[in-house]
Amino acid sequence: MTQLEHSEVATDPGTRPALSLSGVTVEFESDRGTVCAFRDVDLTLRDGGFLSILGPSGCGKSTLLRVIADLVQPTAGTVSVLGSSPGAARTARAIGFVFQDASLLPWRTALQNVALPLEIRGAPRGGRTPAELLELVGLAGRENAFPHELSGGMRQRVAIARALVTGPRLLLMDEPFGALDEITRERLNQELLRIWQDTGTSVVFVTHSVPEAVYLSEQVLVLHAGPGGVRALRDIPLGYPRDPAIRDSPEFVAVAAELRAMLG
Amino acid sequence: MTTERPPERTRPKRKRTGMRKWLDPLIVVALLLGLWEFASVRFGIPEYVAPRPSVIAECLAEESGVLLRNLVPTAQASLLGFAIGNGSAILLAIGFVHSKRLERSVYPLAVMSKTIPTVAISPLLVMIFGSGLTPKVLIAALICFFPTLVNMLKGFESVTANEVELFRIMSASRREVFLKLRLYKSLPYLFAALRIATTNAVIGAIVAEWIGSADGIGALIVQASFNFDAPLLYASMLVAGGYALLFFGAVGVVERIVLRWKPMGAVAVAA
Repeated sequence: MTQLEHSEVATDPGTRPALSLSGVTVEFESDRGTVCAFRDVDLTLRDGGFLSILGPSGCGKSTLLRVIADLVQPTAGTVSVLGSSPGAARTARAIGFVFQDASLLPWRTALQNVALPLEIRGAPRGGRTPAELLELVGLAGRENAFPHELSGGMRQRVAIARALVTGPRLLLMDEPFGALDEITRERLNQELLRIWQDTGTSVVFVTHSVPEAVYLSEQVLVLHAGPGGVRALRDIPLGYPRDPAIRDSPEFVAVAAELRAMLG
Repeated sequence: MTTERPPERTRPKRKRTGMRKWLDPLIVVALLLGLWEFASVRFGIPEYVAPRPSVIAECLAEESGVLLRNLVPTAQASLLGFAIGNGSAILLAIGFVHSKRLERSVYPLAVMSKTIPTVAISPLLVMIFGSGLTPKVLIAALICFFPTLVNMLKGFESVTANEVELFRIMSASRREVFLKLRLYKSLPYLFAALRIATTNAVIGAIVAEWIGSADGIGALIVQASFNFDAPLLYASMLVAGGYALLFFGAVGVVERIVLRWKPMGAVAVAA
């Protein structure tokens, strides 16, 4: 299933895992010699699944996300996105990426920002229009607003709509709500689950917030702070849809405590 | 009716701050001019040292024909020089972005063009091209060229790591990265340079006219100083300053139209 014999990227859901890593290692050359970001990461994410990568700052979780997105080349190991190499998945536009700072182009309106990927490679067949996506992320009526006229949370909503506009099968999110206040973050967590279920895309979500990881994910990958690899891959035993009140349930509190203990 | 109250409440306040913005400096200028006028009369300061504001105003009115006639060639030279100097700087910066080899081979020359003082190179250009429009335009262009080149390059390079990654994930070509990202990123830097270039172009044209020109504000300044005609000297200065201010303001207006997406903020300028 994870071989690279097919150059085309599967667009039908359910047959192959969205993502499969085996023995992925990244080392950086620096002034003080070779620095290891992480070693031997193994991981499989089902198509349509939701995985969080949880760890403290500097544990290499953003680097791992960039390996999946074909932005960083792994030193060793194989990465397979929907049965293809990350590069092939990227050019087939099967990957959407959301940055920690929304990275909107300030000279473009919200709608023009969402439409940017379409200007570069054309619109996919049967995809949602930029206007429909702005509605999906709750920004109907703000199409013509410039980024500086939007709040941090709204900018991040635009960034999510932009990442979804090519109809990706895999959505990569790099601490997208890390710079937002607690109230906005919890509201966007809830909205993200709705968007995930609506679009059926698989999500890999990087965060350093334990409650955020538990609330959103089916699975959580916990990374070490120092050079190393996976500390644990934990299934979250909570069903969907998840109500915000679930944060106070004993199951939620227990899992969160367990993950927090793993982070040390 | 009652729903319209909030805008009514905010509008007069905004108007007052807008007026105060202009009123306060005007009061200061008026006070200084009054003080100058008073001091000139009270202490009997000779006219060739500092003519009274009223005498300068009189000269401005009487000699307005001469002043405007001489402003035309100066304005012409500075506008043409502005267009040529900035235009070639922009084109060269675009060339540099696309070819590192071009940058390596031409950039040192561009730096050299900056290290030779304009005032030193002006007599040479006047000697070669005579006392017509050409040396004036060239000097104005030369003086605009380097700051714009440097700023434009800085603007093209001002893309963030995330922006580069964003365009890579979209599988954008180099051309698309240039047209959809770098070009826009350079605009605030370009306008910062263009604003400096306006006053520089006027200075360049006037310096060229000092060295050898039959007409222009620069020639008028030289002539007035030879004749100890202080009021005309001050009047020429005011006309040149007023023109430079208009030029500067015009670029500012264009900037506000082009960069309407940008909340007006300062951009670091390399001059």
